Amino acid sequence: MMRRWLSFGLNRRGFIGAGLIAAGGAAVSAVRGQSDERHLHQGHGVTAAGTSKPDHATAHGAMITVGEVDYARNGFDPTAMLTDWETGVVSTLPDGRRLRTFELTAIDKEIEIAPGVMFAAWTFNGRVPGPALRAMEGDRLRIVFRNNGSHPHSVHFHGIHAARMDGVPGAGVILPGDEFVYEFDAKPFGCHLYHCHALPLARHIHKGMYGLFVVDPDPAKHPEFTNVARSRLLGTDENAQWQEMAMIMNAFDTNFDGENEFYACNTIAHCYAKKPIRVARNRPVRIYLVNVTEFDPINSFHLHANFFDYFDQGTTLTPTLKTVDLVIQCQAQRGILEFSFADHQDHEPGLYMFHAHQSEFTELGWMGMFDVVEGEA
Amino acid sequence: MSENAAIGTQRRASRGGGQLHLLWAALPLAVLLAALWWLIAANPLRSFNNGAPPVENLTVERTILDRDGLRLLVRAGGSEPMTIAQVQIDSAYWQFEQTPAGELERGSTAWIAVPFPWVLGETHRVTIVTRTGATFEHEIPVAVATPVATSGNLIPQAILGIFVGILPVAIGLMFYPALRGAGPATMSFLLAMTIGLLAFLLVDTLEDAFEFAGRSAALFQGSTMVVLAGVAAFLLLMGISRREGPPSGLALASYIALGIGLHNLGEGLAIGAAFAAGAAGLGTFLVMGFTLHNITEGIGIAAPLLRQRPSLWTFAALALLAGGPAIIGMWLGSLAYAPQWSALALAIGAGAILQVIVEVGAYLLRSQDNRFAALLTPSTLVGCGIGVAFMYATAMLVKI
Repeated sequence: MMRRWLSFGLNRRGFIGAGLIAAGGAAVSAVRGQSDERHLHQGHGVTAAGTSKPDHATAHGAMITVGEVDYARNGFDPTAMLTDWETGVVSTLPDGRRLRTFELTAIDKEIEIAPGVMFAAWTFNGRVPGPALRAMEGDRLRIVFRNNGSHPHSVHFHGIHAARMDGVPGAGVILPGDEFVYEFDAKPFGCHLYHCHALPLARHIHKGMYGLFVVDPDPAKHPEFTNVARSRLLGTDENAQWQEMAMIMNAFDTNFDGENEFYACNTIAHCYAKKPIRVARNRPVRIYLVNVTEFDPINSFHLHANFFDYFDQGTTLTPTLKTVDLVIQCQAQRGILEFSFADHQDHEPGLYMFHAHQSEFTELGWMGMFDVVEGEA
Repeated sequence: MSENAAIGTQRRASRGGGQLHLLWAALPLAVLLAALWWLIAANPLRSFNNGAPPVENLTVERTILDRDGLRLLVRAGGSEPMTIAQVQIDSAYWQFEQTPAGELERGSTAWIAVPFPWVLGETHRVTIVTRTGATFEHEIPVAVATPVATSGNLIPQAILGIFVGILPVAIGLMFYPALRGAGPATMSFLLAMTIGLLAFLLVDTLEDAFEFAGRSAALFQGSTMVVLAGVAAFLLLMGISRREGPPSGLALASYIALGIGLHNLGEGLAIGAAFAAGAAGLGTFLVMGFTLHNITEGIGIAAPLLRQRPSLWTFAALALLAGGPAIIGMWLGSLAYAPQWSALALAIGAGAILQVIVEVGAYLLRSQDNRFAALLTPSTLVGCGIGVAFMYATAMLVKI
């Protein structure tokens, strides 16, 4: 009988009927609750202020995943992945054009996506995201794809190519054990992606089969913006001035309820919060950013204490958005972010946060830090 | 002589047979051991391993909110040891400490402490993520500091317990002088009414017991435990009460008081749990409703005493026996103990109530010279109906 009081209380917790008897107990617990709460908040403040040396974890209080991911066992390290461009094997075709050959292999692999949490991933080359492929506008590309996984897979490029090379069912989706060679020209220049397009699409993407596909502009083809194009072209002196990073915003639904339990930039929840990305203050930063988050309609990138220029899909040499500190992307949307900490005196060395500005994503793992330092990073 | 010898031989033979029987009893045990050894050593069930992840289960048994944040007592119930990897509160990952750390064996418990700045009066949702990525949700419907066993908490709860437990029973017992002049028909009516109200309490107690059982860890088999504990309590109390023949008079009244007391213990647990869950926004109206509701319990206890002349302290003791457990239950419940204990207490209460129903029925039967037809007279039928109806109607005052 008393049990019904329980549900009554839950639904109308604000109602304290000032009963002579109840008031005593309820008031005692209410006052206690309030004072406890104050105490707790103060406690947090003390921890943050009382720490002598800046601790990146403190910036987020106690709100972070616990423990460390075993990168050796995973076979990939998110910090190394930032700058690990796959440029393929270069050769020359009879007509004098450059041919780049990439090898991609679908592999089933259990990976640790957050400390202590294992995820049965489907991968390209054993890593999530797959290799960040990079070529120059006009290169002939040959991608040798082997399916060593347990399901049919494909590689579907966002680019310009023939229907036969599209990597959809009937055109490049291959069974386990099979091999397929995709061949097309690298165009248009920009920041693109590839992903498996076998069905069901959501599962194949969400399991980890995606990667960056960057086509650098050919300076010779853009005489009006030669310097800009050269700064985007990997291997030039101009490009070497830039601190370039490959970032893929992704997420994982570990309990198959159609909602993500973990959000991240480059797979590992909170990886750049626990190990901030070192950035030299005097050199500009360029981020190739892709959103492949499944189950949520959009994702976003917000930079603290600074603004950036944004090149949507990277297919232009002038920004499509100037001076913003936030950009939103739907799934498969991508672009290039350019910013610098050199131009403003305010940008003292220190930790500058970046994260999705959907607070939920941030608090479920998609948060990181740039550690801006003087001199070489 | 020869007869004795023959008996002796027979005894030896039976003794020898006894040893032989013992040997035979060892045989099935030996087979069991051998089968278990083979199961472990040869692993003949490996072909059933289809690569599916182990089944995991996790039950939150206690929730403590205090100045350090929140603590949860969790019990693992997986097919294999499981590991808690991360803890979310309101869709955010929080640092946590597990004590003891490491894997959780099936059936074992651990405390999860999170330095979470909970907000008074608001709802928080805890999601525990295991190594396999499975999640287990736990809702804190209304966050309030968990009561601790201080006089500041225990005394108000005791006062509340007196109002809903002892006071109504005492008021019911005060009808005793008025009822003393009752004739046989009124007696039958009162006893039948007692049976009616007890029947209502039985259903109500079982319902609550099953609800608690449903929230306890699967390995306790809550529903089965409730039935078994209820039946065991019933049989035990029947056995005790029938040692010296069917109880009547003061003995019967005491058994009724005990049954009602165990029922009130469960009720107290529920109110205490409501305190712990922050749901104890009890209004004066509700407390009055409950007092009214429980008055009939006192009348039921008084009914078998009408032909006797008990001393005043006897009444005090009966009121304490029937109502006092409400206070104890409230204290225990407010400390947020695990649901299986509440289910067990309520199940024992249900068994006790059933025993009292049987005994009051038997007493009624004896007072009518064991004529079953007497149980179907208008006064008993109406009495029983009124007992149930009164409890049901007054329950409407407190069920919202």
